[in-house]
Amino acid sequence: MSKYLLDKFLFTVDRDPDLVERYRTDPRGTVEWWEAERANVILNCHVDERSTWLRFDDAEREALATHDYPTLFSMGAHPFLTLTLFIAMFERDHDEPLGFQLAYAKALEHFSLPYPDIAT
Amino acid sequence: MAEVVAVIASTHHPFYYRASTATGVDRPPFADAWVEKIERFRETLTRARPDVLVMVGSDHFHQLWLDNMPQFLVGKAPAYDANWYNEEREFGLPRFHLAGEEALSEHILREGLDAGFDLAFSNELRIDHSITCPIITLRPGADLPIVPIYTNIFAPPLPQPKRFVALGRQIRAMVESWPSDQRVAIIGTGHLSLELGGPRQFGPHGPDPEFDRKAVDWIARGDVEGCLAEVTLDSLHTPGNATHGFMDFMLMMGAAGDGQQADHVDSLDLFHTMEAYFTWYPKGVPAS
Repeated sequence: MSKYLLDKFLFTVDRDPDLVERYRTDPRGTVEWWEAERANVILNCHVDERSTWLRFDDAEREALATHDYPTLFSMGAHPFLTLTLFIAMFERDHDEPLGFQLAYAKALEHFSLPYPDIAT
Repeated sequence: MAEVVAVIASTHHPFYYRASTATGVDRPPFADAWVEKIERFRETLTRARPDVLVMVGSDHFHQLWLDNMPQFLVGKAPAYDANWYNEEREFGLPRFHLAGEEALSEHILREGLDAGFDLAFSNELRIDHSITCPIITLRPGADLPIVPIYTNIFAPPLPQPKRFVALGRQIRAMVESWPSDQRVAIIGTGHLSLELGGPRQFGPHGPDPEFDRKAVDWIARGDVEGCLAEVTLDSLHTPGNATHGFMDFMLMMGAAGDGQQADHVDSLDLFHTMEAYFTWYPKGVPAS
């Protein structure tokens, strides 16, 4: 299991407006493409340097492919990254101010302290 | 030597800019009261007549990432661009361009390293809302050079709370040993209780009003000892999953000095989080 790779997916998608839209409309396709093409890219390089070993396990891939943010929370994905990206994708679908944020909290209400560890 | 003319600690609420500039039906009911508090807070900095701002904040996974994460980082550059695409997207924050005070950055890096803080540095740092929010609230003209200092309150493993306090004390001492006649304000932002991406987020108040009351009291009284006796890396999970940002308030308590009562204390109970504003004048309250 790789909390780091979950976070890397959320981080790199969140900061790219085109990828935010692509992940909203085609989550499974975006996750499969990203894992094949982007998961091993070393971010702080100006040419294409890559790692060789990063991959999702099946549960992680499925959670991302189904926009399942409660499961991402249970896996210890960084909650700030998940929240920020999911607001960008789904806040627009709610008429009330903070409608999505409150629905998000409700979807996580079965969690109690201590929350899943987010250390990577 | 340089003079520390004000030490200022604050929450950084990214919604303030949008709330305070909204008009008509878009203007939230709490906006006027919030603006009134901020304008009084802003006056506490204006009155100190600073030439330079040391700004303590925390990058929210913008430039600093898990493949290379510093615990404490000092910007050393002649200029800083500010705010990022996802902050424009979510909060409507404007872009900024701030001048840097490189001589003070260099002094802080050298003195900090020699004092046992292995500070990271950046010569090209784009700062985020942890530093631009206090620019918006306290110095909206963005006309003063800055030294940005980032702390890791975000990506565990984190430094211990006592380390934040110690760094705050050290920053104060380093500014006071800077061979310059500049007037320096040290400004830092953090959080009281806060939950982000968890079940307690965006409630009618902050997730733990009792912690907030206690925290405001520690800060206002400069009760570093009492605060350190209760606050641990583990204990900060309880008030809310993003409450480790309180350690930047602890850093500022170190900068203000043990037992130093704040000269300005204010707070605002908002949905999602409590806002809190503190100013200390080490040389006494300046004439208005």
